[in-house]
Amino acid sequence: MLGSARDEQEMLEGKEGPARQKAMELLVKYAEGLGAERFVDTNNATVIVGSIPDVKIVEKVVPSLDVDEIASKFLLDSDERVVLDKVKAFTTTNATFRDQRYPELQRGGKPHCDLLQKMVDYLKRVGVIHLATCTPYQVGNIPMKGEHCAWTESSAVAFCNSVLGGRTNIEGLHSSFASAVTGKTPLWGMHLDENRLGKIIVDVEVDMELIRDWYLMGYYVGSQVGLDIPIYTHINRVPDLTRLMGLCAAGIASGSIVKFHIVGITPEAPTLEAAGGNGKNLKVLKFGKEERRIAYERLNHSDRDDVDIVVLGCPHAGLDRMRTIAGMLEGKRIHKNTRLYVTTCHLIKNLADKQGYTEMITKAGGSVWEDSCGLVLAVDPSTVFACDSAKMANYLPGETGSKNTWFGTTEECIQAALTGKWRGELR
Amino acid sequence: MSKIVLRGRKINGGSAEGEALVTKESLGGFGCFDFDTGKVNDFGHELYGQNVSGKILVFRTGKGSSAWSIAHQALRFVGKSPKAYVTKECNPQTVLGAVVARVPAVTEFDQDPTEVISTGDWVKVDADRGVVEITKK
Repeated sequence: MLGSARDEQEMLEGKEGPARQKAMELLVKYAEGLGAERFVDTNNATVIVGSIPDVKIVEKVVPSLDVDEIASKFLLDSDERVVLDKVKAFTTTNATFRDQRYPELQRGGKPHCDLLQKMVDYLKRVGVIHLATCTPYQVGNIPMKGEHCAWTESSAVAFCNSVLGGRTNIEGLHSSFASAVTGKTPLWGMHLDENRLGKIIVDVEVDMELIRDWYLMGYYVGSQVGLDIPIYTHINRVPDLTRLMGLCAAGIASGSIVKFHIVGITPEAPTLEAAGGNGKNLKVLKFGKEERRIAYERLNHSDRDDVDIVVLGCPHAGLDRMRTIAGMLEGKRIHKNTRLYVTTCHLIKNLADKQGYTEMITKAGGSVWEDSCGLVLAVDPSTVFACDSAKMANYLPGETGSKNTWFGTTEECIQAALTGKWRGELR
Repeated sequence: MSKIVLRGRKINGGSAEGEALVTKESLGGFGCFDFDTGKVNDFGHELYGQNVSGKILVFRTGKGSSAWSIAHQALRFVGKSPKAYVTKECNPQTVLGAVVARVPAVTEFDQDPTEVISTGDWVKVDADRGVVEITKK
């Protein structure tokens, strides 16, 4: 029964303090709603503190901006102010969505940057490690195959389940923090073997060399499969980290793909049979040129081809991306009407600084941002964006208010930055 | 007037009644709402421009970012929450969202609620019993 294990009972009875009690109560309600029968121990959580609402909403709920009260209400959904000593599980932060060096360029300005810094200081106080990235697996939080996790950040959830063979449902800020505090997560969904089998075969008919096409494939398939797990077959290339990050990000931006298999590549798919169980009744979906074009056209919509802002690094750029982008910009100059942002986390940016990549990008007129995201740029709604991520293109209109988005290859984005014009196309 | 009754499973308890707002699509959270009005601003979504505030929100399931729950909790904090969720399928976003938005929610019905219910129908949700009663417009 839910909450009946001895340590769970003790937390529910308040023997480990009111914060653990509130966290456990929240997890019980959540697990009941899911239809879970019991909890499983977890020692790996990631909290998406950057998703906290705008400071104006937070201030309305907690006028004093007292950090323990904010954490109680926004992280644990507790009306009562509770003070937490330390989290139980190994826990890292997701992107805070703010680079503290440029408050005025991001929505909410300095007040919201200050709120997030306050939340980060709180999380460090309670024992959370501040990785500040949507790609924790790049910088030290790497789930092992079979490890039970409570992860947030949709693309990272897909990466954990699909690429690493870790086990996590798509948690929210509240449930992941409650798991961090208690070391428990509902034994449901992706934690159970029977739910990890593929349900739909995706027959891939196009050449998968371009990073762009990994995003487009995820974006198209995500819009088609609902909650079913796809099994990608007949892929003619072995994907690298960047390509898999793109597939993960796109499939859960257009839809709900928390896990996929790639036959012969991902750890739970040595064969089609292994990926799909005995799989007699698997549905089949095609990904060919026509499907690729449908996804491409859904992501490209702008009333002019002048590009105001180019955003790269969604999910957070890794070392290979930093190297490539720096190489493309070395000795060149970005157009006077165009801004270029490359987003990553502080650990990768530190390496890029030492390696000289940051200087190559900034000398060309670009900017390397840490711990933030292009989606939080404070812009006029008429702004024209160009990006190489289907996830970025998907969320830009809702987050920034601008309906003008171009999506294409990294090369096309760099050309747009250098010339101020979008010339991308799908051949 | 004839009534249709759907039977499903409780996600989050409570009861509510009101006008339905229905989409056959899945619904996001992050980047999907204007918190001043409660309108959907997910560009390209079937509900784009529609207001969820005070409605019985009928949708396939939750999709997209794991910031779903915080967005739906924020709708409660600004007084723009839907009155209830009625979903075809259940996933973690929907469940946690209903818990922290503190709205009654029911899922996994004997029929697909996004087929049976139309926008504008009057819907009574008794989440504890898992029963949804529909009066067609």
